[in-house]
Amino acid sequence: MPRVSARLTQKLAMACIWATGAVAVLALLVIIGYTLYRGLPHIGWSFLTTAPKGGVSGGGGISTIIITTLYLVGLTLVILVPLGVGAAVYLAEYAPDNRLTRLIRFGTEVLAGVPSIVFGMFGFALLVIALHFQFSILSGALTLVCLLLPTLIRTSEEAMKAVPRSYREAALALGATKWQTTWRVTLPAAIAGIATGVILCIGRAVGETAALYVTMGGTTALPTSLLSSGRTLALHLYYLATVTNNLDGAFATGVILIIVIVVTNSITNWLSQRFRARTAGGT
Amino acid sequence: MDDKIETRQLSFYYAKRQALRNVNLKVREKRITAFIGPSGCGKSTLLRVLNRMNDAIPGARLEGEVLLDGHSIYGSGVDVVEVRKRVGMVFQQPNPFPKSIFDNVAFGPRVLGMSHKVSLDETVEKSLKAAALWDEVKDCLGKSGLALSGGQQQRLCIARALATEPEVLLMDEPCSALDPQSTLRIEELMDELKEQYTIVIVTHNLQQAGRVSDWTGFLFLGELVEYSKTADLFSRPQDKRTEDYITGRFG
Repeated sequence: MPRVSARLTQKLAMACIWATGAVAVLALLVIIGYTLYRGLPHIGWSFLTTAPKGGVSGGGGISTIIITTLYLVGLTLVILVPLGVGAAVYLAEYAPDNRLTRLIRFGTEVLAGVPSIVFGMFGFALLVIALHFQFSILSGALTLVCLLLPTLIRTSEEAMKAVPRSYREAALALGATKWQTTWRVTLPAAIAGIATGVILCIGRAVGETAALYVTMGGTTALPTSLLSSGRTLALHLYYLATVTNNLDGAFATGVILIIVIVVTNSITNWLSQRFRARTAGGT
Repeated sequence: MDDKIETRQLSFYYAKRQALRNVNLKVREKRITAFIGPSGCGKSTLLRVLNRMNDAIPGARLEGEVLLDGHSIYGSGVDVVEVRKRVGMVFQQPNPFPKSIFDNVAFGPRVLGMSHKVSLDETVEKSLKAAALWDEVKDCLGKSGLALSGGQQQRLCIARALATEPEVLLMDEPCSALDPQSTLRIEELMDELKEQYTIVIVTHNLQQAGRVSDWTGFLFLGELVEYSKTADLFSRPQDKRTEDYITGRFG
């Protein structure tokens, strides 16, 4: 009798696990499938190359939205990468192992988990209002920098730490200074891992909505300066779905977003595999 | 015969543990000196003290003196980069950079300021020849150093160390990760290199110490128990502990 019940439990457990797995995959397929089903028919050359009409119609294409997104991501990276990688280099190579360093690390971890809208409110209060940057690409980019810094610092620091100590010792023994060792040996060896973090950040920047809603405003016009307001793809999707009735346009924008995310994630995976192969080969 | 390196009353402490006790040692110029002893006896620590590789270890402390050509390398105002340029090092695990063979060898000269293409070419060729690797890699200098075999990688590391034109070459168990064939290559190479360089080697392998070295020091619990000509140390050890170790009673 106990044997039978054990077998039954086993079967039940397996069934449950299968069911949960199936539900998860199904949910994913339904969401992506439905978005594609609703959005794909409306994507064409003209959708990608014409500007949105603006107003409540929600009509037109997404050309200016794509350009704004590129502007924003580009500006974000220009500020984010030097700061993030610099901080990671400090933490991985220079920071003494003391309370302050542990506090910095703990702070980074906490910040990585703070909801993006909190960063958005911070950006709104400080950048938009106090510093008079208005609703602008600059405000949005700086907010994104704050939001993404913890992620980039963590991934870059891990990448630096994964570089075998023997590389550093070899460089030092050859008369290289600490900085030469970091610049010529450790950073190049960690570059694929750091790039993985950067692309991860690009993906999150493209998908971010809440933090930008309160810092970038929502103009559909082509930005003319850093202080222009603007919309990213994700924001545009939000506006189309809530302010206008152009659900088709929203789904079409969603398809473009999904494509961008899939591409950046694929690059991330490819790079991190390469990075692992490289550091493993070098020990 | 001149003394290239001398240590006087050298003691070394890690944060909590004393690793070397009052070591007095004279390393002869253009000879091979071997340090032997059981694991943890301090032989690697002693080797790394000689080019200040232990500097970065938190809490580590050194007492006594280390002289290179009669001048202290731990004195105030001594440039550690200059010390390491003169005293090169080869590690236990072959550790070429994930760069091309050429860039590996050119690394040292480059960080020391050499940028002229022709002089770099010459240095790389000379160093690879000195490390007996040139003939095997001269047609593929752009290939990654990691693509070489273990023995070749170690010779690449030797070439890389030679490229800064050091006077002393420290070798920390350079053959322990290699097969017997590659080990033989390295040992032959050491024999050629001692024409020009003072070599100090740490080895776990007593036969190796016997084969390659002119002088041998036996370390035990951080103490330099016995130091003499290799032939003497192995045939007529003066200290009971040395005798026990080389006859295989412990270690």
